Amino acid sequence: MYQYDTYDQAMVDARVADFRDQVRRRLDGSMTEEQFRPLRLMNGLYLQLHAYMLRVAIPYGTLNSAQMHVLGDIADKYDRGYGHFTTRQNIQYNWIKLEETPDILADLAKVEMHAIQTSGNCIRNISSDQYAGAAADELVDPRPYAELLRQWSTFHPEFNFLPRKFKIAVIASDTDRAAMRLHDIGIQIVKNAAGELGAAFYVGGGMGRTPMIAPLVRDFVPLDQFVTYAEAALRVYNRYGRRDNKYKARIKILVHELGKDEYTRQVEEEFAHLLTQNIEPPLAELERIKGFFADPAFDTAAPDALDRSDPDFALWLDNNVAAHKQPGYAIATISLKPTGGIPGDASADQIRLMADLAERYSFDEARVTHAQNIVLAHVRKADLYAIWQALDAAGLATPNLDLVTDIIACPGLDYCSLANARSIPVAQKIAQRFSDLGRQRELGELKLKISGCINACGHHHAGHIGILGVDRKGVENYQLLLGGSEGADTSLGQITGPGFDEDGIVDAVEKATNVYLGAKQGDERFLDTYRRIGMAPFKEAIYAKEPAHG
Amino acid sequence: MKILTGNDLKSGAVTWWDGTDWSLHVEHAVDAGEHGEAIIAREQALQNVTGAYVVDAEKTATGVRPGHIKEQIRATGPTVRLDLSLKPADRDAGNWVI
Repeated sequence: MYQYDTYDQAMVDARVADFRDQVRRRLDGSMTEEQFRPLRLMNGLYLQLHAYMLRVAIPYGTLNSAQMHVLGDIADKYDRGYGHFTTRQNIQYNWIKLEETPDILADLAKVEMHAIQTSGNCIRNISSDQYAGAAADELVDPRPYAELLRQWSTFHPEFNFLPRKFKIAVIASDTDRAAMRLHDIGIQIVKNAAGELGAAFYVGGGMGRTPMIAPLVRDFVPLDQFVTYAEAALRVYNRYGRRDNKYKARIKILVHELGKDEYTRQVEEEFAHLLTQNIEPPLAELERIKGFFADPAFDTAAPDALDRSDPDFALWLDNNVAAHKQPGYAIATISLKPTGGIPGDASADQIRLMADLAERYSFDEARVTHAQNIVLAHVRKADLYAIWQALDAAGLATPNLDLVTDIIACPGLDYCSLANARSIPVAQKIAQRFSDLGRQRELGELKLKISGCINACGHHHAGHIGILGVDRKGVENYQLLLGGSEGADTSLGQITGPGFDEDGIVDAVEKATNVYLGAKQGDERFLDTYRRIGMAPFKEAIYAKEPAHG
Repeated sequence: MKILTGNDLKSGAVTWWDGTDWSLHVEHAVDAGEHGEAIIAREQALQNVTGAYVVDAEKTATGVRPGHIKEQIRATGPTVRLDLSLKPADRDAGNWVI
């Protein structure tokens, strides 16, 4: 994985020193909260419902074991013994003290980490495919391109005060595992007819209160121009984005209001101009970065055979282990969704254990997924049983990847000052209702996502089943959506109708799954059946009047 | 009644205006009447609190309870991690929102 050079380290160290001084001035009263707020947000420090919350950047979700150990140690030393992995492949801590924040940032800087640009109207952490470098279906590892964009976007003077926050994802396979088209810019590394690599740009996607799927604005940008194209796309947005209205300030609104063709025309015009300015980083820099993402030294003699005699291990293999491009290896996903647990939370001990497993069995590397799980991307099949045993002993071997209990949930009203309703208790109740693994497997792939407000941090628009918590006259109420998807077949969920209370939404989810099981044909997933039969049968079952008793 | 809540500047802990200072316990909250905004302005200027605001609440037989679930959760901590909550003296506090 990428390692800082002296410039990277100097920038991060300088930021720690800057922030230490800013915190000192805030605490001694020489800076007001109004003055301090944008500065703390630029360093990922929010004031949340119960305390300060610090969001730490994990570029494209990739971590080494030393970094993970520090994340675990921070949870113990400065927080309350746990951290929360987020849908932006980051981690956040919920109980941070302002006076200790500079020390936390200093600890992070020692392992080449920071919290820069994890908040504010700037380019946020760039996300990518958690199977990058391991999946057989990718053209190339997308992370060098994400890393180049990280370097370009960090402290970019023109883009530090955008109309709104800005999210970029980079993938390199047709199987989209990063919700690419639901980003402000989604980039897919592709090949043209001549066999050359380039970047396809999708611009103007996003969730939030106005969900939109990003349209393709350029199907091929040569790789020696792709940063320039990103610059052009951002520049048009920065110039014309709606700064007058926070709710209309995302690029998706600009692309929608201008129309894809007019937005593209303006970007192409800007792109042509920028090409004359020679702003593209030299290809040598991209090649230097690629060197950090070369394949690890795989054991070419690693056996493919697996002993499946332990039935619990076999279940985990079937649910949580994916094929690897290298014979004898596999990709293992550690579920952070135990039944009744809090999606995405991990204790300090669990974080350190995952770090140790990454170091010992996965070439010292782990990935955070946007679905709030952890991936060990390069595991010898022969080591899977030992890994599973260690995970099982730590409560980390729940075999539910992409099943109905592998729920994405935002922190909701339990932690978030913006939320209207709690998300986590709903996720817990649904997980309890469907706790029988046989039932989960019968339902198959079913992505359920819950947000506690319209900001959609829980990606409810993209859930096969989505749940949106709202405040109805001071009472939590939950709307049900069906038919969303974040993959290559991206679609937005549709609301079924009137909302439910906390128990009612669990019942409604169960009724929707019953409709699916009754109507399913062949190997159809829930989403496939929904798309074939439409909303009506689901709606009918969900809102059917209970028969009167007696 | 109108009570005041905010966060301790240094620690970020949720606090409640008790008439002379900021308490960690909601049951110490007092009715600020029409003076809420003035108290907040003064206290924030003194660095005693940050992010403070006025909350509708009611006084019950077992103490002060914020009117909205958001502040009820502020008072009791995350409903999903009661082990981490600062349990108020009101023994029923954790049950307000569950």
